[in-house]
Amino acid sequence: MFKWLHPYANPEVSYNFCGKLQPWLFRLSALFLTIGLVWALLYAPADYQQGDSFRIFYIHVPAAILAMGIYFAMAIAALSSLVWQLKLADASAAAMAPIGAVFTAIALITGAAWGKPMWGTWWIWDARLTSELILLFLYLGVIALHNAFEDKNLAGKAAGILSLVGVINLPIIHYSVEWWNTLHQGATVSKLGAPSMSASMYWPFLMCLLGFSFLIAALICLRFRTEVLARNSMRPWVRELAMNSTEQKVCHSSSCHTHSQN
Amino acid sequence: MNQASENSIAQNSPRDMNKTTNKLSYRGAFNLMVKRDLTIALRHKDDILNPLLFFVIVVTLFPLGIGPEASTLSRIAPGIIWVAALLSTLLSLDRLFKADHNDGSLEQMLLSPHPVFILVLAKITAHWLITGLPLIIVAPLLAVLLHFNEQSYSALMLTLLLGTPVLSLLGAIGVALTVGIKKGGVLLSLLVLPLYIPVLIFATSAIDTAALGLPYGGQLAIIAALFLGSLTLAPFAVGAALKVSTN
Amino acid sequence: MFEQLNLQINAGDIVQIEGPNGAGKTSLLRILTGLSQPYDGEVFFSTTTQEQVRTLKISDDSELFHQNLLYLGHLAGVKGEMTATENLSFNLALHGLSTDSVDENLSAVNLLGFEDSLASHLSAGQHRRIALARLFSSAELAHKAKIWILDEPFTAIDKQGVANLEKLFLQHAEQGGCVILTTHQDLTIAKEKLKKITLAYRFY
Repeated sequence: MFKWLHPYANPEVSYNFCGKLQPWLFRLSALFLTIGLVWALLYAPADYQQGDSFRIFYIHVPAAILAMGIYFAMAIAALSSLVWQLKLADASAAAMAPIGAVFTAIALITGAAWGKPMWGTWWIWDARLTSELILLFLYLGVIALHNAFEDKNLAGKAAGILSLVGVINLPIIHYSVEWWNTLHQGATVSKLGAPSMSASMYWPFLMCLLGFSFLIAALICLRFRTEVLARNSMRPWVRELAMNSTEQKVCHSSSCHTHSQN
Repeated sequence: MNQASENSIAQNSPRDMNKTTNKLSYRGAFNLMVKRDLTIALRHKDDILNPLLFFVIVVTLFPLGIGPEASTLSRIAPGIIWVAALLSTLLSLDRLFKADHNDGSLEQMLLSPHPVFILVLAKITAHWLITGLPLIIVAPLLAVLLHFNEQSYSALMLTLLLGTPVLSLLGAIGVALTVGIKKGGVLLSLLVLPLYIPVLIFATSAIDTAALGLPYGGQLAIIAALFLGSLTLAPFAVGAALKVSTN
Repeated sequence: MFEQLNLQINAGDIVQIEGPNGAGKTSLLRILTGLSQPYDGEVFFSTTTQEQVRTLKISDDSELFHQNLLYLGHLAGVKGEMTATENLSFNLALHGLSTDSVDENLSAVNLLGFEDSLASHLSAGQHRRIALARLFSSAELAHKAKIWILDEPFTAIDKQGVANLEKLFLQHAEQGGCVILTTHQDLTIAKEKLKKITLAYRFY
């Protein structure tokens, strides 16, 4: 069943594969983000209640969705690393955690910035903002645990167990916060998010979402490659890679040198 | 690539013989471990008293910080008691595996001929008996200090009874992950406290609901579900985490 | 540390692993017990079930493997809050062994007179001897661990104690058990009965 995946269990193969993938992902994200953001920020209609401040939605919601999504992806990677002993899955989980944390932070900051014109205050104990704050804590816990271990192999396993525990708890926390929110606040504030999107809002939103997804994928590729290199620094292929790149540098500087002499 | 194959069971000892005669039942192993941990704790009474004292002091600080008005205090009392219970459990968690890790008994525990989750469950049970139970006994006294609503005493006791085991179980996962790390204390709180949020929410809400004279069975049922869920899943996570930590 | 290591240890073997500090002796022992996972490779063990030999990975039936395993590492696993007798009884009981002969076992490691003192009042060497006392359990071989994996068992043991232990190892091997140990000392066990594995220190 996993036969077609098998070659990618080799660090060198996946390193090169991600290397090929990465520039395309960056290009796609640049394309979609440009279209999406220009459309959303300049051309999409303003909300009839919130005016232009509503446009922050185009950044806040994709960031919030993807922050949650990265946590699930990280948990899946952790599970496959624990069950099938895939060492590369650890590397990918380690690559994802900081990106997820940054996107959660973006969602929180944009959420707060949106709250200011809407509610007149930077922070309100809204159910979604609270869940995002807790998600940020979960991410920071995984990252801190990962950093606390000297041995990256053990760090990956420990952080993997934690992210699995977190992913089981995430829905429980989410719903308990939501329930707590309705209990304490009633219907005094409307929740973030659009009730029903019109097509003129939907398409730029989708563009932004895709753009951010590709951006995340590209960043994960980038971080994954460095993780793979760091973990395999003793392996011959990494040494060869390092040798080649320094040789190139040496050539480069020497050619410069001869050039200036001439 | 080290490939070590080991081949060393005596030819003249049938396997089923040692299976039947040489094995302690699960219950026996569980009891043995609980008894050992309780013995150790009773000879080291600071471990029981200090978290309890911490609990009392934290609760006392709130009226000093907020002011002695009875109405304000009774309004926030459930939150204070529960947050103090979370913190004092957190403080006591360290003793769950740390000493065993430092003197090597943890390795012996992992290599004993019993499933790790039985022994882990035994250790968590002992931990709860040492730290959770005293909290439940002291809590009503502190509730008096905070002008607790009279209708909600039973809710306080019931939520603590169902909730503190969850704190021990979830906390054990955090300790198991950080036991091999030198300065794991602060990290532990970062890992564990977010997981405690649902218990906190439902427990305080049950107490608030009871204060209004309304039925709070729903919240209790959810805490009970959290308890059963963590009871079944946490020992496995702890076992896996301990294997990583002793590696 | 080490690679391309392939060894088979049979019932009746006494194996000494030697090598300089940092060569990976302790790591090798911990891999054999399953406490550590090797970067690559597997550890297997065999059991005899009614004339039939089964070979399993140690992680496949860790309960069965642990029943047959006795590991003593650098740390003695002795609780300071319990007495020597209580420590030993707990260790024996956890492995399903009778605790009747605890006092004799303790005297075999020269701890007579310290049975009821708390381990926290004893020295590190005495802790190790409490741990070693498990080896002297009088249970029949069929009931006790057959694979002994001992990391530096002779530290903090006097000459007489070393001689006693060596005798015990020979006896255990004759009964069909096996002993894997690391030590810096030279063993007096006859050469034909002792296998040696030497790990060399490697620089990258």
